[in-house]
Amino acid sequence: MGQYQWNWGIILEEVYGTGEYYYQWLITGLGWTVATALSAWVIALILGSLIGTVRTMPNKWLAGLATAYVELFRNIPLIVQLFLWFFVLPEVLPEQMGTWMKQDMPMPEFITAVIGLGLFTSARVAEQVRTGIMALPRGQRYAGQALGFTLGQTYRYVLLPMAFRIVIPPLTSEFMNVFKNSAVALAIGVTELTFQMRQITGEYAPGNPIEVMTMVSVIYLIMAFSVNRLMAFIERRAQVPGYISGGSK
Amino acid sequence: MDFNFSAIVDSKDFLLEGLKYSLTLTLFATFFGIVFGTLLAMARLSSIKPLNLAASAYVNLFRSVPLLLVIFWFYILVPLISGVQVGADKSAYITFAIFEAAYFCEIIRAGIQSISRGQVSAGQAMGFTYAQNMRYVILPQAFRNVVPLLLTQTIILFQDTSLVYVVGATDLLGAASKIANRDYIPVEMYVTVAVIYFTISFVLSRLVKRLHTAIAVIR
Repeated sequence: MGQYQWNWGIILEEVYGTGEYYYQWLITGLGWTVATALSAWVIALILGSLIGTVRTMPNKWLAGLATAYVELFRNIPLIVQLFLWFFVLPEVLPEQMGTWMKQDMPMPEFITAVIGLGLFTSARVAEQVRTGIMALPRGQRYAGQALGFTLGQTYRYVLLPMAFRIVIPPLTSEFMNVFKNSAVALAIGVTELTFQMRQITGEYAPGNPIEVMTMVSVIYLIMAFSVNRLMAFIERRAQVPGYISGGSK
Repeated sequence: MDFNFSAIVDSKDFLLEGLKYSLTLTLFATFFGIVFGTLLAMARLSSIKPLNLAASAYVNLFRSVPLLLVIFWFYILVPLISGVQVGADKSAYITFAIFEAAYFCEIIRAGIQSISRGQVSAGQAMGFTYAQNMRYVILPQAFRNVVPLLLTQTIILFQDTSLVYVVGATDLLGAASKIANRDYIPVEMYVTVAVIYFTISFVLSRLVKRLHTAIAVIR
């Protein structure tokens, strides 16, 4: 460790022979990380809410199918799922579609990562939403029915508005997880933040890995902190006075 | 397309070797993660301010950054500090033990906090020192309360070990990808590892669920 040459200015330096600077690479990486995480989060939230809700429905068949979905996506590691989407799916699809995925699909790595990460996270979101709905007193469901609501209306106007407020804290940690998990997308070639870090510390500036890794870690810490604050804000705005953890006012 | 089963049979020794590494890594990281996590949890609940702060910082740091990033950190740092090229397979042991300790810490802390204050006082009234109180009164109960959570974390940890692939370690996924590239059979290899991961994780999570209900009935 004695001969380590510290150089915190490394990211302001030019990447040899490219006309670009290291900090530009990190910013590009950050951009892809945020884009991947946010797009995947949209899929996860929509699909996860839907599947979590279906799991609590009286229809046994539908609920069973939704449970199978959650088990499938929860028990295979994310990186393996990404490989399945990226390397396996084009091979097992009908030839034309497979060829299209491999050759003509725009931004294949990014799209695959977003869908893969989105579906992976949706299973987790579904679990949280289901827990939220189950946490409601049974009387709420009956109350909705007694008012003459259809099943759909009961969910829309009675159960879901309460359930979503309950699950904001666990969803906060899932939202943070989506940012962290987006790093796995580097395995299929998305040039996100950790990918850039690996590239810089590996080939371009192997002499100063500690500085680069520290800066990247700090960026992740800032991201985690921002997401945390954002969700705390949403939680405050959405709280129902006198109910659950929210209404101390 | 044809699914080439014989290719899987041919490569089963190498795959089993990889699986063995994944499982060893999981057990190692679980053991040291829990030991180290328990110490961290005690530090986080300690009334000694600096100790408390240091443990909180440790836990929050590792819970805010991606595991992949930490894998790269140690992959590069361990040889830098020790001066020995330990390789991806060995540096992963250190990475996972240190990283998972932060997650186990939070579970164990929840377990300790679920014990009523009266238990602590009772231990003190018996004349137990802090260490004795922890050893004989608090921790046994705390652990029993969180056994299902610890096991669930172990299953997650098992799945997470697949990430060591990125530094070239030969875990189950690493082994599969090496064969996939050599023989050009990605479909067979990745489907096989997905099935193996799924089977192990699914069966274990079912068992944890059963244990959970069993414990819930006793209490």
